[in-house]
Amino acid sequence: MNLDFSPEDVAFREEARSFIAENYPQILRDKAARNEDLTKEDYLSWHRILAKKGWSVPSWPKEFGGCDWTPTQKYIWSEEQARADTIGILPFGVAMLAPVVYTFGTPEQKAKFLPDIRDGNIWWCQGYSEPGAGSDLASLKTKAERVTGDDGKEYYIVNGQKTWTTLGQHADWGFFLVRTDPDSKPQAGISFLLIDMKSPGIEVRRITTLEGGHEVNDVFLDNVKVPVENRIFHENQGWTCAKALLAHERSGIAGVARSKRGLERVREIASTEQSDMGGPLLADPFFKRKVAELEIDLTALEFTELRTLAGESSGKGPGPESSILKIKGTEIQQRLNELALEAVGHYGAPYMRDLGHNHGVGPVYADGLAGDYFNGRKTSIYGGSNEIQRNIIAKMVLGLG
Amino acid sequence: MDFSFTDEQSMLRDTVASYLSDNYSFDARRAALKAEPGWRPEVWKAFADELGILGAAFSEEQGGLGGGPTENMIVMEECGKALVVEPYLGTVVIGGGFLKHGKPAGADDLIGKIVAGEVIIGFAYGEPQARYTWQDLKTTAKKDGAGYVLNGHKAVVIGAPYATHLIVTARTGGSQREANGVSVFIVDRNAKGVTTRDYPTVDGFRASEVYFENVSVPAEALIGSEGAALPLVEKVIDEAIAATCAEACGVLTRLHEGTLDYTKQRKQFGQPISQFQVLQHRMVDMFIQVEQSVSMTYMAHIKLGESDVERAKAISAAKVQIGKACKFVGQNAIQLHGGMGMTDEMAIGHYFKRATMIEGAFGSTDHHLARYEGLSLGKAA
Repeated sequence: MNLDFSPEDVAFREEARSFIAENYPQILRDKAARNEDLTKEDYLSWHRILAKKGWSVPSWPKEFGGCDWTPTQKYIWSEEQARADTIGILPFGVAMLAPVVYTFGTPEQKAKFLPDIRDGNIWWCQGYSEPGAGSDLASLKTKAERVTGDDGKEYYIVNGQKTWTTLGQHADWGFFLVRTDPDSKPQAGISFLLIDMKSPGIEVRRITTLEGGHEVNDVFLDNVKVPVENRIFHENQGWTCAKALLAHERSGIAGVARSKRGLERVREIASTEQSDMGGPLLADPFFKRKVAELEIDLTALEFTELRTLAGESSGKGPGPESSILKIKGTEIQQRLNELALEAVGHYGAPYMRDLGHNHGVGPVYADGLAGDYFNGRKTSIYGGSNEIQRNIIAKMVLGLG
Repeated sequence: MDFSFTDEQSMLRDTVASYLSDNYSFDARRAALKAEPGWRPEVWKAFADELGILGAAFSEEQGGLGGGPTENMIVMEECGKALVVEPYLGTVVIGGGFLKHGKPAGADDLIGKIVAGEVIIGFAYGEPQARYTWQDLKTTAKKDGAGYVLNGHKAVVIGAPYATHLIVTARTGGSQREANGVSVFIVDRNAKGVTTRDYPTVDGFRASEVYFENVSVPAEALIGSEGAALPLVEKVIDEAIAATCAEACGVLTRLHEGTLDYTKQRKQFGQPISQFQVLQHRMVDMFIQVEQSVSMTYMAHIKLGESDVERAKAISAAKVQIGKACKFVGQNAIQLHGGMGMTDEMAIGHYFKRATMIEGAFGSTDHHLARYEGLSLGKAA
C-alpha cells in the first residue's frame, strides 16, 4: 500500500494541467466570473475540445474511444479539473446512456450513437421519472404501442409524461423508459427507447426550481412516432438496461475532487468573514469544528473512492464499499453548501440572480451561495434518493430482506 | 498509488485468521479471562514459534521478516476480529516502535527476544492527572551517577501484570507540562522499587497501576535523547493509534456481521426483524461507518512515514472516524440485538465493550478533533 506517484503519473499530471491551462475556453471563465448562465454551445465547447484531445470519454472501453487510464490517472484527471474550476462534462450521454449502448446495443446502434456522444455533437436528456413514478420508478405509465406505419416499417407510438428532465430544454435526443407491456409485472413490461426530441408531439416545459433556475423540465409525449430500431436491447427488457446503469462507474459519483475545491472555498470565505468575537470566522471554535469534521469525512470518502478505483483496476470490479459513495458524497456536498451559506451571514439573503457580480451588494463570494444551497438539496434526491440507495445496499450488499 | 497487499501480506492475514479461528473461540477466550493469569501464554508462544508472526513488522537485519506498518495493521485487524488480549500492541507495535526509532543500546537483542516471544512490554505513559497530554508528567528520572533514579505513579498500564519490561515516560527536566524534559526508559518489570496494583479491565485485558519508588536504572535504559524524547513518544503513540484503528476495524466488522446474522434469525411480528426497513437502514448506516473506518485505517498506515505534521493529522483524522464508528456501530449493535445484546453470554456485548474502550484509547474523539483542527486550521484563537 502506498500513495506514491510514478514518474509517468507525474508526467501525466503535468500534461493534464497544461492542457487545461492552454485549452479551457476563456469565455467560460469570463461567464463564471460574471455569474452568468451558460448556453448550450458553452456547455458543449469544452466537451468538444476534450474530444479532439481524445479525453472526452476516458472511462469507456478503449474500442469506443476510452483512454485505458489507470485509477491513478483518473484520480489525477478529476483533481486537475476541479483545481482549475472547469465545468464538468454533461453526464447524460457520456456516463448514463453510452454504457447502455455499448453493453446492450446492436453494432448498428453503437456505430450510430457512440461517436456523436463521444464528440459532443448531440445533447442527450434522460426520460425516466414521471409524476407518479419517482423512487418507485418501475410504476411508470408512459405507454409505447407497436404499430406498422404507412411505409410498412415498425414504429412505437409513445404517449405520456416525463418529469425532472435535467437540461431537457437543450436536448437533441432523449433516452426513455416506456411501458410496452401493460399486463406483465411492473419491471417486466418496460423498454428502453431513444427518441429524437424534434419528433412531432414532444413538448418540453420549464420547471423553475427553488433558487430560480431553469435546470429541469416536464416532457410531454403525444403520439410520438419512434422507429423500432431505436429500441436498445429486447422489448420489455429495458429494466435490465436501467439497472445496469446503477452498477456502472461508481467512481466519480462521489465528487471528491470538486468537494475538496469546495472546502478550500469555504476556508477562504471563513478566513475573510469575521466571527462574533472578532477575528476570522475560521478561528471561531464552533465553526472551526464543523470545518474540521467535514474535512475528516471528506478524507474518509476520498480513501473509500481510492479503494474502489483500485478494485476496479485489479479487475475485481468495485467492491461493496463503492455502494456508499453516492450517499456520503452527496451528504458532504450538502454540508459544504450549508457551511458556505452560514459563513456569509446577512449576505446570504440578497436575491441578485442574473445581475452578475457587479451589483455592489455584499462580498462577491456571497453571490449565489443560498441558491447553491437550495439547489444542492437535489443531490440526495436524484439518481435514486439516498433512502433508495440504502434499500439497495440493504438488499444487494448486506443480503437483508 | 497502490492499495493492494503483497502475497506475503495476504499469507500473513490467512495465517493469523486461521490460527485464531481454530484456537481463539469466544468460549475459550472467556474461560481464560476468568482464570489466572488472565491471558494465554501458550497463544503468545504460538504467535512466536508456530506462526512466526512476531517478527513480521521488523526488518530482516533485526531478525524480522522485513515488514512494517502494513503487517502490524493486518495482525491487529485479525486480533480485533477475535478480541485477542495477548500483548501484540504493547510489545510489537509500541515496544518495537521505541526500539526501532529510538535505537537504544541493546535494541537488537531485545527485538530478537520480542520476535522469540520472550520479552513482553507494557507501556507506562499515562498518569492519573494527565488525561491525553503525553508530556504531563509527574514521574521523575533523576540523574544518579551514570544512571537514573525513577519515582512516580503510572496509570492503567495494559499488560503490566505479566510484562517482562516496562517502557516508561518520565521527566528528566522542565516543569510538569513542558514539552522539554521528557525522557523514555526501558525498565525491568521486576526491578527493585517497582510495585503494581493489578486488575482486570472492562474489555478483558489485565492492567496495573505502577509505582516507581527510587528505582535505579542504568544509562543504557534511556531510549532516545535525554529530555528531548517527546517527538519520539508522539511518533510511537501515533503508530499505536494506527494499529488500534486496525484492531477497531476487526471489532467493527464483527459487530456489524453479528448484527446482520442476528436480525436475519430473530423473528417478531411473524417475520425476521431484518425485513423491517427502519432496521435495514440502521444496518446500512453501520456498514457505511465500518467501510469509512477501513478507508481511514489504510490512509493512516500509508501516511505513517510522512512528516510529523502530516502523520499527526492523518492519525488524528483516522482516530476521529474510528471513535465515531465505535460509538455508533457499537451502540446500534446492542440496540438491534435487543435484550440478548445485554447478556454477558453473547459475544456481541464483548465486542461492544472493546469498541467503547477503543474510543478513549490514546485520546478521545474530541481530543483528536482538537489536535486535527490545530494542525489543519490553526490553534484556537
